[in-house]
Amino acid sequence: MTLTIVLVCAAALLALAPVAVMLARSPAATRIVYAASLIVSAISLAAALTHLLGSAAPVGITLPVGLPWLGAHLRIDALSAFFLVVVDLGAFSASLFALGYGEHETAPERVLPFYPAFLAGMTLVVLADDAFTFLLSWEFMSLTSWALVMSHHRVPENVRAGYIYLLMASFGTLALLLAFGLLAGSEGLYTFAQMRAAHPSAALDALVLILALIGAGSKAGLVPLHVWLPLAHPAAPSHVSALMSGVMTKVAVYGFVRIVFDLAGSPAWWWSVVVLALAGATTVMGVLYALMQHDLKRLLAYHTVENIGIIFIGLGLALAFATHGLTFAAALAFTAALLHVFNHSLFKSLLFFGAGAVLTATGERDMEHLGGLIHRMPKTAFVFLIGCAAISALPPLNGFVSEWLTFQAILLSPQLPSWALKLLAPAVGALLALSAALAAACFVKAYGVTFLGRPRTPAAATAMETDGFSLAAMLLLAGLCLLVGILPGLFINALAPVSAMLVGGRMPAQTGAEWLALVPIAESRSSYDGLLVFLFMVLSGTLAALAIHRLASDRLRRAPAWDCGYPDASPATQYTATSFAQPIRRVFGTVVFRASEHGEMPPPGDARPARLVVQIHDPIWDTLYAPIASAIGIAADRLNRLQFLTIRQFLTLVFCTLVILLLVLAIWS
Amino acid sequence: MTLDLAVQGVQMMLVLLVAPLLTGFVRKMKARLQRRQGPPLIQPYRDLARLMHKDAVLAENASWLFRVIPYLIFAATWVAASLVPTFRTGLLFSWSADLIAIIALLGSARFFLALAGLDVGTSFGGIGSSREVMIASLAEPAMIMIVFTLALIAGSTQLSTMAEYMASSAVGLRVSLALGLVALIMVAIAENGRIPVDNPATHLELTMVHEAMVLEYSGRHLALIELSSSLKLVVYVSIIACLFAPWGIAPANDGLLSLAIGIPAYVAKLAGGGFLLAVFETSIAKMRVFRVPEFLGAALMLGLLATLLRFVSGSF
Repeated sequence: MTLTIVLVCAAALLALAPVAVMLARSPAATRIVYAASLIVSAISLAAALTHLLGSAAPVGITLPVGLPWLGAHLRIDALSAFFLVVVDLGAFSASLFALGYGEHETAPERVLPFYPAFLAGMTLVVLADDAFTFLLSWEFMSLTSWALVMSHHRVPENVRAGYIYLLMASFGTLALLLAFGLLAGSEGLYTFAQMRAAHPSAALDALVLILALIGAGSKAGLVPLHVWLPLAHPAAPSHVSALMSGVMTKVAVYGFVRIVFDLAGSPAWWWSVVVLALAGATTVMGVLYALMQHDLKRLLAYHTVENIGIIFIGLGLALAFATHGLTFAAALAFTAALLHVFNHSLFKSLLFFGAGAVLTATGERDMEHLGGLIHRMPKTAFVFLIGCAAISALPPLNGFVSEWLTFQAILLSPQLPSWALKLLAPAVGALLALSAALAAACFVKAYGVTFLGRPRTPAAATAMETDGFSLAAMLLLAGLCLLVGILPGLFINALAPVSAMLVGGRMPAQTGAEWLALVPIAESRSSYDGLLVFLFMVLSGTLAALAIHRLASDRLRRAPAWDCGYPDASPATQYTATSFAQPIRRVFGTVVFRASEHGEMPPPGDARPARLVVQIHDPIWDTLYAPIASAIGIAADRLNRLQFLTIRQFLTLVFCTLVILLLVLAIWS
Repeated sequence: MTLDLAVQGVQMMLVLLVAPLLTGFVRKMKARLQRRQGPPLIQPYRDLARLMHKDAVLAENASWLFRVIPYLIFAATWVAASLVPTFRTGLLFSWSADLIAIIALLGSARFFLALAGLDVGTSFGGIGSSREVMIASLAEPAMIMIVFTLALIAGSTQLSTMAEYMASSAVGLRVSLALGLVALIMVAIAENGRIPVDNPATHLELTMVHEAMVLEYSGRHLALIELSSSLKLVVYVSIIACLFAPWGIAPANDGLLSLAIGIPAYVAKLAGGGFLLAVFETSIAKMRVFRVPEFLGAALMLGLLATLLRFVSGSF
């Protein structure tokens, strides 16, 4: 029943795409398409939730479409239901946001048809139960999102982003195709059920892991395969950026979990070493890149890279524990990862919506041209602050809960017998702690420079508060961030069937303790109660305010800023995003990015102003991608000569090829 | 239950009342060590009372957030201070936040304080905020590493359980504990903005961090921020005391008699901590800002080393 409803919803979204093409020129098109997407995703969300909270028993169906005689296999189990909830919740909030935001779109005919198709693509990926359907939906998802990235195709930056995205997406799909090819084996097992039952050799399994890491990791944004992400995510319209960052990367995580935890035979212990090392590097590199940005949306995109790293740390730990038979610890780490998947989809969508609201209000993505928006857009500023606090892992919000659970899982890792993991686990813990602190620094910068201070441009000074639909979507997500933060037990319980299915164990039920406290292992060992911490903070803050206002003074005066007696009227004297990050750039950036700054002083008599130039090198682009790109360029130049051969030379070439092929055939048999 | 509730209440009031006293004590000790008379011990209380009764003067473009932040910071710090075992373990609500959560609560306070520094849009506020987050970006991971070390020794991240374990004879002398203690002291100095990382007594100096962020605050808002930073000092001294000097701390289920030992012992530990801090601050010069990352990097490495030792073998 659930599966039918969800599939009908996906079909409705697919059908909406051509309708949007027909409607696109009409002024009501935006409303109709987004309202329809909103309703459909709400229904699908309800169905997925009932499945996850209800029986969560797997249900499958074979549709007579796709490959002839084989059909398309679709199935919903606990894992798909959970990721479907993430997809549909993201789709629901993005559609709600877009009801307001979409009105400002300059070229709606380039967005509207692809939007529902993109949603349908993501839904079908998590439902697919055979390799063909999976890859088809995956490519469909990639292509529709590529089209959305290219919706403002006249901006040269977007064209480059789209090109790199398309290349990386094809490369990722190629890796996944090969992974499924290996899983299918020589018999050509094609449904997931057959792959699960087959037991390929350990070497093949290892290859599958590597390919899955490349395929799903490039979509999710694992370093060093992340390069397309911070280019492509910000280029799309903001509600699509939210979907790509908040949801599509989670679909990639789903792909990884499905292949590695479910389909691949028996994981070896060293797999977790690979995953953890990549995840740790991803976490810190993501946040360091983010700190160097001053484009608000690109900063958020780099934070997605960081959070994907945190999720993969949880998954890597789960793999490590599971391969050593520590089921309970594996369940803890796995639940932490899944909870972070959910949390990140909430606050990243919220933050991208906020960035979108700022973009419509001011026309600016560059933080250096913003400032003081808290006065002009107080409601957006409030919800954006909640998003910033949540992603910075501050209690009592949701980001803290999942990071806390990950820390608890790391604290269980001395039980692991292998030495590599014993040394790696604390190092990963240190990287996680470092990235959490750096993320807080980065969001102080993002919020402080964008919303606080004085407006740096007239556009920022005259910004207007965003519309009701956008605010409703952001409020919904902010409310959910708080709810998961103060009542994490409810959400963790809902994840139990997923971890039971994939790592063979579950965390103890979390609603039994007093005040709904979170007790992962035992109360004497560790516990955290977001509800109480929240209540205590509200109570003591209110108490202090009341007491001081009653007993002491509640008078308030306004005066010019003090600034040690030398306030400067020019808003240019404020700290900017670049200057705010200067100390951190100097501490970390000189090593990682070879960051340097030098003053450009014009010669005497020249009226140009002196400038301070900051140079940053992207180590991954420079060492990995630039050589590949130049090698391809050189090879293409060399091969270019083949175009200008005479007909005799061409015939000789063809003849030689034929001879060689025949020779190969002869020797082979 | 009633006793537990009363103890929890006493703890909340005790930390709040003793916080300015500790600050005053450190100042007095520093003054005496510098052969000055120094202000009386109760001067911080007088300052707070006077500040609270004054008008709050806000910069013209200060936002609503600027007015809310002092209460937020105070609430987060007070909650953290109420959950650290001071004179008795097993407080009624101590299970609601373990040591990681307490550190994160202090992190929330810092997050909002750094935002307050940026709110008015002055260059001093910005310099303070940007330096504060730079310091925090190393101090917080170092602290988490210390928590890891201690948690692995005590088998718990719950401060009450950790304190009880540290008080028992099972703990013994360990290399990782010594490394952890050194790192913890370094982090505590940085987190509280003491010399050599920051100077709580300066104004109008380009090396300042904390004072630069709160430059635009006045009246009751400034009073709350000052009180919060005193509370934060109490939190760190209490954490060090309950983990590394757990003597005299009353066990969870004991009656009133052990409290009679616990409270004086706690006050004595605070005084000892304050005295050592004053001696340390007097005997050392302030560092340049960009020496701080090296200082904290050393703390982080010590913490990581201690954790690695624990991971490698249970006997270190």
